[in-house]
Amino acid sequence: MGVDLDSPSNFMTTRLRQAVNWGRKYSLWPLPFGTACCAIEFMSAAASYHDISRYGAELVRFSPRQSDLMIIAGTISYKQASILKTIYSQMAEPKWVIAMGACASTGGFYNNYGTLQGADKVVPVDVYVAGCPPTPENLFFALTQIQEKVEKEGLEPSKVRHAARTQAQG
Amino acid sequence: MSQKLVERLQQEFGSEILATSSQHGDETISVAPENLAKVVAHLRDREGCEQLSDVVGVDYPERSRRLEVNYLLRSWSNKNRVRVKVEVPVDEPVPSLTGLYKSANWHEREVYDLFGVSFSGHPDLRRILTHHEFEGHPLRKDYEIEQGQECSRPENLFSDEDISRAAQRASDLVADLSGVEDEIHPSDLLTVNLGPSHPATHGALRVECLLDGETIIESRAEIGYLHRCFEKEAEDHTWAEVMPYTDRLNYCSAMLNNCIYAGAVEKMLAVEVTPRTRVIRVIVSELARIIDHLVCVCANLVDVGALTNYWYLYNIRESIYECLEALCGSRLTSNYARIGGMSHDLYEGFEDEIRVKMDQLKQGHDDVMKLIARNRIFLDRTVDVCVINTEEALSWGYTGPCLRATGLAVDLRKDAPYLGYEEYDFDIPTGVNGDTHDRIMVRMSEMIQSRSIVLQALEKLTEGPLWIDNPAIVMPPKQNVYGSIEGVMNQFKLVSEGIQVPAGEGYGFGEGANGELGFFCVSDGGGRPYRVKVRPPCFPIFSSFARLIQGRMIPDAIATLGSINIIAGELDR
Repeated sequence: MGVDLDSPSNFMTTRLRQAVNWGRKYSLWPLPFGTACCAIEFMSAAASYHDISRYGAELVRFSPRQSDLMIIAGTISYKQASILKTIYSQMAEPKWVIAMGACASTGGFYNNYGTLQGADKVVPVDVYVAGCPPTPENLFFALTQIQEKVEKEGLEPSKVRHAARTQAQG
Repeated sequence: MSQKLVERLQQEFGSEILATSSQHGDETISVAPENLAKVVAHLRDREGCEQLSDVVGVDYPERSRRLEVNYLLRSWSNKNRVRVKVEVPVDEPVPSLTGLYKSANWHEREVYDLFGVSFSGHPDLRRILTHHEFEGHPLRKDYEIEQGQECSRPENLFSDEDISRAAQRASDLVADLSGVEDEIHPSDLLTVNLGPSHPATHGALRVECLLDGETIIESRAEIGYLHRCFEKEAEDHTWAEVMPYTDRLNYCSAMLNNCIYAGAVEKMLAVEVTPRTRVIRVIVSELARIIDHLVCVCANLVDVGALTNYWYLYNIRESIYECLEALCGSRLTSNYARIGGMSHDLYEGFEDEIRVKMDQLKQGHDDVMKLIARNRIFLDRTVDVCVINTEEALSWGYTGPCLRATGLAVDLRKDAPYLGYEEYDFDIPTGVNGDTHDRIMVRMSEMIQSRSIVLQALEKLTEGPLWIDNPAIVMPPKQNVYGSIEGVMNQFKLVSEGIQVPAGEGYGFGEGANGELGFFCVSDGGGRPYRVKVRPPCFPIFSSFARLIQGRMIPDAIATLGSINIIAGELDR
């Protein structure tokens, strides 16, 4: 990125990709898919003490159409799984997913007839957060990991990106 | 009192009472299924048992009458309880009690879902916790715990006939109110889903509403989205290993769940904890109650648009969590109580820190009251919204703040004291109308009462042992484990086989943040529970939600859902 403050027109040169990703990175709009205990910790993360807005991600949207970061906060049961999938598919590209906590990552210590063994059985997950539930600090760490990932995103149309992702997953 | 009740029943019904028993202070009578409705009706009308607390199924595969259903009845006016038991073979129905108690509806659906007991005369016998594509009955002993079943799509809660009926009712309603004959066609009704992923449902639950304009003509609630199979997991672990699972029932007040579960198992073991442990349990329980109320009230206020209160109340909560995190290493899921004691003692300086936090609580409470007490918008949104009276609330199985909001001053800490609550001086706040406003205000006042209990308990805190003196229950100190063969053996037996709980049944309960929280335990004498049934306070309350919001508007439903404090973890278990 080059900034020219001396010339009368004050211009800046950068790559389009960098500029777009810079914007995306600091204005993630999370969709909290809160089902259980982790959702309460997400509330803590959003409250004034921990203050998620320091990361530019305070604009919590419950509509999948308006958000680009899904935070799966809590256990996903088999009953819930199809709903999770629907909501994920309603989000517009580009989109990222955090699996917050042990249950969303692996099913946690619920290995039984009702619990899906990890949200990644249904939707692709970008970052997993350990903890039962993770503290708000852990969630913020995951958020910064997502930001790093966003920085490296390309600007291809979603179909191309999607194909690349599927290929990468084998 | 309770003894006499059973005797009176025997006089009244003679040989129709098949058996009676008394264990751990619980009176039980057995009846044949055909006499069930008669006996329970007598208990309700003549013996003052206003409430059906819970219906518990138990499976005994080796018996010919394999399934057992326990009805837990409570009389608040006479301060006693009785349990009615029926046994049936797999293919025989049990008469439904939905005509006697409104709360029976969902309780019976749950027993049907998990055990396959069919209830004759039940108006809506569908699955409730598992999904509609589920096959089999998971809490039967022959169902494998890991046998998961996928669900391809959510259930449609309203059929076309239901919608036609609702449209007819809406037409009648309009005619009654305005005198204008205006036929509402089924296609005029709008179906709106609140949940299962919705900002105002505070968790995973779903309410499908049929709307005429913005008025809710009819609604149906669906739960089970967070069914994490607590009860099946409990049967798969030792009594002590169940403790972390109890954290995640009502995750806003995990300490309360810990203490009440430990109390239930101690009841089965017939042991009393030490005085210091009793006081510590009171302190952490009341802190948990305060936190639960803070979360409930602040989320409720956000729902009605009062966002500032969220920042105020959550800061107090964070501040109390600093102490709890230092105490037990985690914020939400504390896992602090143990059977026969506490996992470890209070840290140095805990008392002083808590006193400071209690001052902050008072300050925060007063700040919020200044913002809402005379706030026109808040009052308009909550006063006279979704009213329920005492009699109806009892029939629906209400307990705790929601029942007290109707004006009935009952509290298990006063009515059936445990942990020495009778030694503390506190009031039971009550409401007047049983509307959303009262439910919020009762919670606000209860925080101040809990604060007073915490401060009194800090004064009562004396030095002394934390654990009871019983090597069959308590882990040996580490120096014994590493220093003597007896210590190693003792630890090994307790960890691998678990605490051996004498065979029998017992119901341990206490005043949870949201009402009566109970654990119905059945032991076969081994180290693992044969059955643990949670009596979650919000389950019966939520079963009345469709009744509460009928004829109201969507914004009223949102304000009310927050005020009855539905925590999906304990609702679905």
